[in-house]
Amino acid sequence: MKRVVITGQGTVNALGMDVASTLNAMAAGTSGISNLDFENVDRLNIKIGGQIHGFDPDAHFTRQKRGLYDRFTEFGLLAADQAIAQSGLVFEGELAERTGVVMGTAGGGLQTQDENYRAVYEQGKNRVHPFVVPRLMNNAAASHISMVHNLMGPSFAVATACASSNHAMGQAVNLVRAGASPVMIAGGSESMLCFGGIKAWEGLRVMSGDGCRPFCATRNGMVQGEGAAVFVFEEYEHARARGAEILCEISGFAMTSDAGDIVTPNADGAQRAMRQALKNAKLNPDDVGYVNAHGTGTTLNDSVETTAIKRVFGDHAHQLMISSTKSMHGHLIGGTGAVELLACIAALTTGMIAPTIGFTTPDPACDLDYVPNTARDKKIGAAISNAFAFGGLNAVIALRAI
Amino acid sequence: MSDVQSRIIEIIAEQAMLTPADIAPDSTLEDLALDSLALVETIFAIEEGFGITVPFNANNPEDSEIDFTSVASLTKAVEALIKQQSA
Repeated sequence: MKRVVITGQGTVNALGMDVASTLNAMAAGTSGISNLDFENVDRLNIKIGGQIHGFDPDAHFTRQKRGLYDRFTEFGLLAADQAIAQSGLVFEGELAERTGVVMGTAGGGLQTQDENYRAVYEQGKNRVHPFVVPRLMNNAAASHISMVHNLMGPSFAVATACASSNHAMGQAVNLVRAGASPVMIAGGSESMLCFGGIKAWEGLRVMSGDGCRPFCATRNGMVQGEGAAVFVFEEYEHARARGAEILCEISGFAMTSDAGDIVTPNADGAQRAMRQALKNAKLNPDDVGYVNAHGTGTTLNDSVETTAIKRVFGDHAHQLMISSTKSMHGHLIGGTGAVELLACIAALTTGMIAPTIGFTTPDPACDLDYVPNTARDKKIGAAISNAFAFGGLNAVIALRAI
Repeated sequence: MSDVQSRIIEIIAEQAMLTPADIAPDSTLEDLALDSLALVETIFAIEEGFGITVPFNANNPEDSEIDFTSVASLTKAVEALIKQQSA
């Protein structure tokens, strides 16, 4: 089995329009959560989110291209451009034919659906823009990334709700490990911050109206975010041979299913995913220094996740630094694992351990070290990133310093 | 130049990324390098702009009951549709 390393990363999210600004914001413990701004927001009960304000797509894409792009595609394209530029790879010849792109998303072109349902149902229009279908399809971001960068290998979209981008990146990693592709581009993108998107989530009564405070006794639900992150996953020898700057190694990946409840988190499914990821990475529990938690800020997720971490890590659980960066960028649903991977890579490369902000009061059900409010500077050798989705689908990525 | 024609030229100019001055009545859509997606968008913009339905089948544009060859032929067709559909 081939080894896989990361040679490029890119992002746009509420904390910043690139990796450097995002990591600076995480290091400073900055919140990207603000008042939502879009049509009909006054009819929502939940009015906050990790929205990217002031995003001007016209600065990046021609009007012709924009006709084909939903906001989630635009986010994905910008993140992919950054990642591929950093890697220094140019996709031509055999490399182009073997490289593909796997993107996680839960809602796909939800902005396009929202706008056009409004047009036909509310405004009574009988005609929609001809590109509604190519804009809203879940594979649109993956497809446009493949077209812009000439990626002609295996490309597809993965939809596993809140674990979509971890599942997507895991598929890409496994393709490189198996020798099917020397390089794969993968990550996730989401843009659910529109009236219909938030209204649907309100129905579940799991959203917080005042902030995302994972693992804190005062937590009262999740806060949504939007954006994308994309990475270049490259076979280790391929990266070495061309003298590429290697950020870290993806050493393991595992997926499990709860086969239980459609929405209630399950400690068994979560702990099996973490345990298998460590085994797959040939890591001992005490090799791990940092866990980027799923940490949604709901009462149940955070206590169940704490229980699962304790089962996997035993006594070492109390030595782990655990944080949920959702407290800063919000929950990007299908894109969240990708943005959170940035925090793991930063921990491994620079020793910046991103905090869980908004933390005021310890909860007896969450009694581990959640790196409250202030980032830490500590060099670590290995990290894992958790994603546990609605539907009971879990995906954990293990990373190692190189 | 008729009002319909000047509005069609504006719509095509936007799709073809040209200025209206670059487009003449005898310009063909082929000359203007409008690809199939741009043509579909042009038809949509014409339908929206004139409040009409254009019988256009993207599967087989030649079978549409409209002559898309040039700006002039398109104008003639649109004028006929406006008359027909406002009746």
